[in-house]
Amino acid sequence: MGSTGEGFGRRDLIKRSAALGLISVPTMSFLSACASGGEDTTKGPDKGAVSKENPFGVAKGGKMDVVVFKGGFGDDYAKAWEAAFDKKWGTTSSHLGTQEITGKLQTRFNGGNPPDVVDNSGAQKIKLDVLFKSNQLADLTPVLDAPSLDDPSKKVRDTLIAGTIEQGTQGGKFVSLNYVYTVYGFWYSGKLFKEKGWTPPKTWDEFLAVCAKAKEAGLGGLAHQGKYPYYINVVIMDLIAKKGGLEAMKAIDNLEPNAFEGNAAALAAVEAVYEVVEKDLLLPGTNGLTHTESQTAWNQYKAAFIPSGSWLENEQLKQTPDDFDMQFLPVPVLADSKLPFEAIRAGAGEPFIVPEKAANKPGGLEFIRSMLSREWSTIFAQQANSLTVVRDGVDPGVKLRPGTQSAVTALKAAGTNTFNYLYTDWYSEMDTAIQDASNELMAKRIQPKEWIKRAQAAVNKAAQDPNAKNNRRS
Amino acid sequence: MSQVVRGRGRTGFIAGFLLAPLALYLTFVIWPYVQTFGYSFTNWTGQSPTFDFVGVDNYSALMKDEVFRGALWNNLLLLVFVPAVTILLALFFAFMVNAGGRGGAGGVQGVAGSRFYKIVYFFPQVLSLAILAVLFGAVYRTDEGGLLNGVLIRLGIVDRMHPIEWLNEPRLVLWCLLLVVVWHGVGFYLVLFSAAMQSVPKDIYEAALLDGAGRAQTFFRVTLPLLWDSVQTSAVYLGIAAMDMFVLVSTMTSGQFGGGPDHHSEVMATVLMRNFLYFGKSGYACAMGVVMLVLTMILSVITLRATRRERIEF
Repeated sequence: MGSTGEGFGRRDLIKRSAALGLISVPTMSFLSACASGGEDTTKGPDKGAVSKENPFGVAKGGKMDVVVFKGGFGDDYAKAWEAAFDKKWGTTSSHLGTQEITGKLQTRFNGGNPPDVVDNSGAQKIKLDVLFKSNQLADLTPVLDAPSLDDPSKKVRDTLIAGTIEQGTQGGKFVSLNYVYTVYGFWYSGKLFKEKGWTPPKTWDEFLAVCAKAKEAGLGGLAHQGKYPYYINVVIMDLIAKKGGLEAMKAIDNLEPNAFEGNAAALAAVEAVYEVVEKDLLLPGTNGLTHTESQTAWNQYKAAFIPSGSWLENEQLKQTPDDFDMQFLPVPVLADSKLPFEAIRAGAGEPFIVPEKAANKPGGLEFIRSMLSREWSTIFAQQANSLTVVRDGVDPGVKLRPGTQSAVTALKAAGTNTFNYLYTDWYSEMDTAIQDASNELMAKRIQPKEWIKRAQAAVNKAAQDPNAKNNRRS
Repeated sequence: MSQVVRGRGRTGFIAGFLLAPLALYLTFVIWPYVQTFGYSFTNWTGQSPTFDFVGVDNYSALMKDEVFRGALWNNLLLLVFVPAVTILLALFFAFMVNAGGRGGAGGVQGVAGSRFYKIVYFFPQVLSLAILAVLFGAVYRTDEGGLLNGVLIRLGIVDRMHPIEWLNEPRLVLWCLLLVVVWHGVGFYLVLFSAAMQSVPKDIYEAALLDGAGRAQTFFRVTLPLLWDSVQTSAVYLGIAAMDMFVLVSTMTSGQFGGGPDHHSEVMATVLMRNFLYFGKSGYACAMGVVMLVLTMILSVITLRATRRERIEF
């Protein structure tokens, strides 16, 4: 087959794509890339004098080429950043906000004229490990060791929330900055709760009680994005982690034989979620709704709670009534839980990279450093209604939307009590199998014990994955 | 002598025109198939340029894969029902629109308003499958906001608190999808059959009419035999569509690339795509692709053979 070389060359790209008859799409962008390329590659990289304020040597009056994924966060924040960058460095930025990262960039990476900064996200992101193995990613460690823009006596690495560097590291190198800090849990309307006189629950029993009250009032208790069981899995898994502690979470990520079966915390968690189904506290029809449909129903006060990550507020911006007062709620705890109610699942996402062959690599690095300043972090929080990995990265004087503000508060309350699952990234097949089981559970077609059985079977199957040897956490 | 030279020149001329398309066909149609076949014997992940040869492992794993077998079964079900239901309905409507009327004495014509029906029937064909998925997503919506549920709840047939979760019901999901395909296809085949019917000389119908043939007799003794070629072609086309179904299933049902709930609406193409793009088992997915290709080819041959009849000249 002649494709055992190191690189992921043009020939291979075409051959691969052709394998499933998908030839037309890659070739089209391929041709257009050839037509427009060439101009940048003839010029050497711009380089200015290195100084304390300019640690990477950005050339004044250079060019910046920024490509961002235009998804749930939009791309207004990036435009604001570019304007700030151009103002400071006298550069001219070209901006591209797109959902087709692979389509637009794969040929540019292959042609050796990639952009200077890329937000490599969304369904069509380029797989990071592939880019890394083909030496396409610049090492961002110099950014971590550069002085912070807010406080030059500090290094950038000391201003980041824990876990950011680990998450962006491939083969011992820090190559991607996962910029958006996401917290997961339940969400409710502050206005609705005030009107009805409900208090946000801290234990699962209280949670069920509020759901029951909602049902009495003619609403649904819990809405969930039934067509995508990913969301209800957040609830199940968070309950397991809180009840059984971090050990229970790691047992799942590490594919242990008793991750679910014989794990009392897991059974208790699944039974707790099933209680919502059994007591008929779900929003009618929610099991088959898409994420937008169910979230919109929740925005229309048809249900008390919905599970989601902190992108929810921005995603629902247009559907949310002005006085809705969106509020975050950590997943309530079961009796005898090892983690406190305040503990939340939190993780960094939205990886930004600087290509190794970027024409203006110093500019790219400086751009990343600027992103980690409080000024840019605040811009992001305001424009994209989400948190960043910069510790206390939002100006206290700035007014955030209620949901984002409540997430900031919850994150402060959680302190070091944050946790995050990794199996979803490591074992897609296992993740999908567990999602299928959850869908059956919510539709009352299987019982909690059967769910446990199926989840454990998925774990056991994943344990045979060749990656299982490398993917371990402690 | 000169005859030979001229002949050669002509051959070269024609070959020149044939070579380029042939080369394109070989490169972009045949070569990918060959490649897929090659990849189906490897453990290629789709994300790395390196892979190992694993022999027929993928194929033997495929035999044991319950999800794929379920998908194959669903494809076969659709293969029976999609062409049968679509063609029967299309034939019925086409006959009614073209020759079902009994208005004037001796005249062969469609039922009243048949021109209007023809246009309306063709409408669904204009819509792309993506729009269709959105449209029927609203029809099958699982809460009372869905068209079907809304109507049924109004009529008091369905409990407001427990609406029918159409596409989330293992027993219903495949039939719901079947309905969409049939709804989409009938109009096109109606127009196709109409055109075929109109090319049938009117005097044959008039003769049948004079001999006292009823609608049913006219249809089965005259129309259907004369339309057999079109019906046969339609069966092959619809059969191929039933073997695919990817767009509808992947957009309308739950799961990564559709197939939910719990694999009850799975078709081979959705299992293939999930393995290819999501599970990183591209070699395995290529094996599925080869199986699909072989099945579709067998299917076409069988359909054409089984439906072969003596041609009627008119």
